[in-house]
Amino acid sequence: MIKSHLTRRGVLKTGSVAGAGLAVPTIFTASSAAAYTNEPTGNTVTLGFNVPQTGPYADEGADELRAYELAVEHLNGEGDGGMLNTFTSKALTGNGILGKKVAFVTGDTQTKSDAARASAKSMIEKDGAIMITGGSSSGVAVAVQGLCQEAGVIFMAGLTHSNDTTGKDKKANGFRHFFNAFMSGAALAPVLVKNYGADRNAYHLTADYTWGWTQQESIQAATEALGWSTVNNVLTPLASTDFSSYIAPVLNSGADVLVLNHYGGNMVNSLTQAVQFGLKDKMVNGKQFEIVVPLYSELMAKGAGASIKGILGSTNWSWTLQDEGTKAFVKSFGTKYGFPPSNAAQTCYAQTLLYADAAERAGTFNPCGLGAALEGFEFDGLGNGPTLYRAADHQCFKDVLVMQGKQDPTSEYDALEIVEVTPRAQVEYSPEHPMFAGGELGSCNPGA
Amino acid sequence: MDAILLQVLNGLDKGSAYALIALGLTLIFGTLGVVNFAHGALFMLGAFCAVTLQKILTISFEVVDPTRLDFLGNPLKVKTPYVVSWFGEAAGNGIIAWSVPLAILFAIPVMIAIGFAMERGLIKHFYKRPHADQILVTFGLAIVLQEIIKYFFGANPIPTPAPPAFTGSFDFGVLLGFDPNVIIYPYWRLVYFAFSAVIIGCVFAFLQFTTFGMVVRAGMADRETVGLLGINIDKRFTIMFGLAAAVAGVAGVMYAPINSPNYHMGMDFLVLSFVVVVVGGMGSLPGAVLAGFLLGILESFASMNEIKSILPGIDQIIIYLVAIIILLTRPRGLMGRKGVMED
Repeated sequence: MIKSHLTRRGVLKTGSVAGAGLAVPTIFTASSAAAYTNEPTGNTVTLGFNVPQTGPYADEGADELRAYELAVEHLNGEGDGGMLNTFTSKALTGNGILGKKVAFVTGDTQTKSDAARASAKSMIEKDGAIMITGGSSSGVAVAVQGLCQEAGVIFMAGLTHSNDTTGKDKKANGFRHFFNAFMSGAALAPVLVKNYGADRNAYHLTADYTWGWTQQESIQAATEALGWSTVNNVLTPLASTDFSSYIAPVLNSGADVLVLNHYGGNMVNSLTQAVQFGLKDKMVNGKQFEIVVPLYSELMAKGAGASIKGILGSTNWSWTLQDEGTKAFVKSFGTKYGFPPSNAAQTCYAQTLLYADAAERAGTFNPCGLGAALEGFEFDGLGNGPTLYRAADHQCFKDVLVMQGKQDPTSEYDALEIVEVTPRAQVEYSPEHPMFAGGELGSCNPGA
Repeated sequence: MDAILLQVLNGLDKGSAYALIALGLTLIFGTLGVVNFAHGALFMLGAFCAVTLQKILTISFEVVDPTRLDFLGNPLKVKTPYVVSWFGEAAGNGIIAWSVPLAILFAIPVMIAIGFAMERGLIKHFYKRPHADQILVTFGLAIVLQEIIKYFFGANPIPTPAPPAFTGSFDFGVLLGFDPNVIIYPYWRLVYFAFSAVIIGCVFAFLQFTTFGMVVRAGMADRETVGLLGINIDKRFTIMFGLAAAVAGVAGVMYAPINSPNYHMGMDFLVLSFVVVVVGGMGSLPGAVLAGFLLGILESFASMNEIKSILPGIDQIIIYLVAIIILLTRPRGLMGRKGVMED
C-alpha cells in the first residue's frame, strides 16, 4: 500500500519553487535575446504605417501612405533621395537604418480609436513592427500613442492637431511633428485682426470631440487677447452632415465672424452651407461678414470647391513653399505620383526620416536611446525651416503657415495660397501652459 | 418669431429629403414586403449620377502652354472641356453649370435600370425569407455599393454646385416685414423643397389616377386576391421597385449641391428614414411623407440654442424620442394600417 504524503502546504511550496525555477530562465532569455520590443535580429527592420485606408479620411490616408512608401524608398537608397539631400542631419546615407533594409507593414485605422489600436497591436505583435506612425485624427493618435507606450515601441504621430496629443495625453514614447491647435490660434489671430479689424464678434461652431474642443479654446483665447469678443460657441455632433440649423441662428446673433472649428467632411459641409446661406455676402454691424476655418487641409479645400475662396486658415506646410527641402520633396513625390503632396503627406514623410535619423545617431532602435536622440533635436531641410523637437513634451516647434482660399486657382491642387509664414517664436509656449496641463510625459518604455 | 420661422424653413428641406427617401422605402415595403436597407445607397447613387454627369461634361483635352509652368516646373497643360470647345465658352460653361438639373434626365433611366437589376438579380430571391434575412442582404448590398463608389470617386466629398442662377439666398424677412438679413434662406433649398413637393405629388397622382397605380394599390392591400384575378402583380411590383429607386435617385441628384456627395451619404439618411417610415406607419405613403416633414421640422427646432441650453444633446435624440412616444401611443404609427407587419 502506498501512503500519500501530499499536504496543501507541501503542494504550495513545491509549486512555488518549481514555478520560480521555470520563470528564471525565461526572464534571463527575455533580457538576453531582446533588450526591447521587436529588436530586429535579421537584416531588415519593419516599420508600421497605421493610416485610414477606409472611412471618411481614406483619401488623406492614401496620401500619407504614398509619402511613407517614398520615405522607405529614399531610406533604402532608391529614387532621387528626396529630402535626405536637404536634411541638415547627415546620418542617413541611403543604406537603410543602421545597415538594415527598411521594410514596412500597413494597418487601417478606419479613423476609429478601437480599430486603430487593434491594427497597431497586430503590426507590433504579429509583424514585429518596431515603430508605429500615421493617422488623421487626434482621437486615434491619442489612443495609439497610449498603446505604443504600453507596448514599448515609438509612436511617430501623423496628422493630429489637438493640443492634448502633446498636452494632457502626452507620452514618453510618442512624438509629434505636426503643429497643434494652440499654434494655429497664435498664428492666425494676428492675421485675422489685421484683415478684419480688432472690433469683431465671433460665433463658433465646434466639432464635439477632443480636437474641436482644443481648437476652439485656442482660437477663442488668441482672438480675444487681440480684442475680439465671442458671441457663442455651439458644439456640433461629429456625425452631422447638415449644418443649416446651426448656421441659421448665426444670422440673428449679432456675430460678424463665423469660426468653423471643423475638419474633414464636417468642414466641407459646414463651409459650403454657410456660403449657401449667403453669410459671406452679408453686412453685419456695419462690417462685411467673414468666415474662418482655423485648420486647413488641401484635400478638404478641394472638396469645398469655390466656397473656400478668400477664407483664412492655417496649415503645417504647403507644397508651394520655396525652400530647398520642400522643392526636393515635391519633385520626388510629384514625379512618382503625378500631383503635389498634401501637408499630411509631408509630416508623415518627415516623421519617418526623423525616426530613422534618430536611430542612426543613437546607434540603436531601443525606444529609450532613440527617444533621447529625438529630444531637443534641432534640424532644418525638411520643409518647415529650423525646427526643434522639444524634450519637455515631444512637440515640434517650427514656422506655421497662414493660408487663404485662392481666388483664381490654376488647378485642383492650387486651392490655397500662403498669406503669411508665422515665425516659430510667435507660436511657442511653455510646457506648463494651462491648455497643455494635466498630463505627465513619464519615462520611456522599451518593452520586452 | 424670426428664429422659429427660420427653423421651420430648415425643417422643410430636411423633411423633404426624409420624405422622399421614406416614400421610396414605403413603396418597396408596401408592394414587395421587403425591408430595403440599400435604399439609402440608391439616394447616394443618385447624387453620384450628378457627379458623373459633371465629370462627363468636363472631360477635357489638354493644350501645352509653354509660357506657364506646372508644380514640377514643366510647361503647364491647360485643360479645356470638349463641351466648351464645341459650343463656345458661354454656352459650354452654361451647360456645365447646369449639370445638376440636367442630371435628373440622366439619373432617371440609370436609377430605374439599377432598381430593376437589384430587384431581379438579388431581392426577388428574398421575398419569402424573414425580414432579418432581407435586412442583412440589403445592408450588405449597401456596403458593396458604397465601396464601389469609393473605389471610383474616392472618400472625399466632391463639390457639385447648383447653377449660378440659384446661388445666394432669398430674404424672407423683408417679405414678412422683418429687418433685412433676419430670415434668409438659400435659393437651392427652396428649389429642393418645391421639387420634392412635385415628386411626391407625381407619385401620389400616379398611384391614385392610373390603372397601373390602382392595381398596385390593390396589390398592396391584398396581393393574393389580385394574383387570383389573373394580374401579374410581380411584374408591376418590379416596376414599382424601379420607380422607388428613381425617386431616391432624383432626391439624391437634387441634394448634391446642398451636401457635397460622398460615398457615405446614404447611410447618414438611412436610419433616420427608417424611423420616419415606422413613425408614419409601415406601408402608409401619406404617413411617410407626413412623418418626414414632421421629424425634419422637430429636428431643426431641437437644434436651436435656446432649446439646447435647457436640454443639452436634445438635437441628437429628438427623432428617436418622438418615435418612442408615437409608437407607445399609436403602435401602428401616425397613419399605419392594421395587419402590416403584425403577423
